[in-house]
Amino acid sequence: MRNPLSDKITDVKPSGIRKFFDIVSEMKDAISLGVGEPDFDTPWHIREEGIYALEKGRTFYTSNAGLKELREEISKYINRKQGISYDPMKEIMVTVGGSEAIDVALRCMLNPGDEVIIPEPCYVSYVPCTKMADGVPVIINLKNENRFRLTPEELSDAITEKTKVLILAFPNNPTGAIMERGDLEKIAKIVIENDLYVISDEIYSELSYTGEHVSIASVPGMRDRTIMINGFSKAFAMTGWRLGYACGPELILKQMIKLHQFAIMCAPTTSQYAAVEALRNGEEDVNVMREAYNQRRRYLMHTFKEMGLPCFEPGGAFYVFPCIKEFGMTSEEFALKFLEEEKVAVVPGTAFGDCGEGFLRISYAYSLEDLKVAIERLARFVENLRK
Amino acid sequence: MREKILTVIEKNSKIDLKELAVILGEDEIDVANEIKSMEEDGTICGYHTLIDWDKTSIEKVSALIEVRVTPQRGQGFDTIAERIYKYPEVNSVYLMSGGYDLLVTLEGKTLKEVSSFVTNKLSTLETVLSTTTHFILKKYKDHGTIMAKKYEDTRLKMTP
Repeated sequence: MRNPLSDKITDVKPSGIRKFFDIVSEMKDAISLGVGEPDFDTPWHIREEGIYALEKGRTFYTSNAGLKELREEISKYINRKQGISYDPMKEIMVTVGGSEAIDVALRCMLNPGDEVIIPEPCYVSYVPCTKMADGVPVIINLKNENRFRLTPEELSDAITEKTKVLILAFPNNPTGAIMERGDLEKIAKIVIENDLYVISDEIYSELSYTGEHVSIASVPGMRDRTIMINGFSKAFAMTGWRLGYACGPELILKQMIKLHQFAIMCAPTTSQYAAVEALRNGEEDVNVMREAYNQRRRYLMHTFKEMGLPCFEPGGAFYVFPCIKEFGMTSEEFALKFLEEEKVAVVPGTAFGDCGEGFLRISYAYSLEDLKVAIERLARFVENLRK
Repeated sequence: MREKILTVIEKNSKIDLKELAVILGEDEIDVANEIKSMEEDGTICGYHTLIDWDKTSIEKVSALIEVRVTPQRGQGFDTIAERIYKYPEVNSVYLMSGGYDLLVTLEGKTLKEVSSFVTNKLSTLETVLSTTTHFILKKYKDHGTIMAKKYEDTRLKMTP
């Protein structure tokens, strides 16, 4: 039989998290700090709206781009939060999670050989999706000393005449880094000068702790060069509902909706009705969850300081990214030993790019009580290593 | 800062001072002073423990009693409320809008004890016109805490 697989997919490396997942899943008594989703349940009024939608028999396809009501709510929400206006009829599409939006955007924007600049460490899907879209990933290794922000110099150095797209993902998974308006303005200048486009994954935008989140699309001249991606998973604790959205200029969105129509038809209808409720009446829930995450963030930063573990202070998402270089182990060795000896699972930084070497991703999507137990074990582990 | 402190300790009054200061990003001394002043001005009235008595061998019966009363000239409901809340077996007394005036919650060892309180003490008060007693059969949720079920983390243990 001949090989049924494409070279493209066999070239894509499996997610670095997989190996750990298999080990952790078999350890019954292990505590995990490796989860990339909120610990909160979806607020009840939002779930209830999903239930009502089912009861009322809203079980059919919606329009390809998503429920009109929902697109209108998204448009209002972005206008309220970022001051950017998108036409709900032409410039907004509802997707199956932010992940689909990333995939579709790349597939609609790249020609074979186009280069996509991807600052790492970052979420695991940008490189594989770029490759599947025939693009060429160009990695920028972000630095701890820059608090894992992208600097204009780093960007300029990575640009070639083949560069077409820059992927920005702030607040960042796994580092928790943010980019402030001043940072983004410098990046935008280079983007415009070099006639690039930006895919901005802002899924953690609501989880910003040191000030309001700023989208690069709100920087003058950037709106029509940006596909802004966001969703309901992190802000409203709705990961399992699989609902995200993309906003951008009609020229690109029109093609993205076309591809989405052929590949997906439409995002889940129940989830879309629930999402309307989330945007209309969910702001207070988001505030409460943000405050809880922020308290845990402060707690972790404090305990790291106490145990002398270097960690820059993250401004967003629900991860901290401490440095473990002093112990002379790779991230993976450290994480494995920590898991074996203390039964706590963390994700090695290398799962998010080679430059994550020497770092760990620790999620604080856990109750303070659970975090305390895990962090006590980390302190003990670190102390033993230093002996 | 007051509001932030209260939001946390309303759910967890056992939290230690240092930790409270850390998670709020405030100075420990400031937090201590703020709590002290709230205790003094009566904003913080007490620290209680939420107990699921069903899990113990101690028998308890709780009741809600709707009480209709005749308000008194010049004093409104305050005097009669005071008469009622002074009984140690009374847990809470609220003045209500709607079909009755006072809502009294009560704990006793047995049904008999509660009903004897109602018939002998409460109903015989001069200004009490009528009472309706509801016995609590099961507490599902109390003070914002779900008592019936334990939270179970069903998330995948590791996700990107």
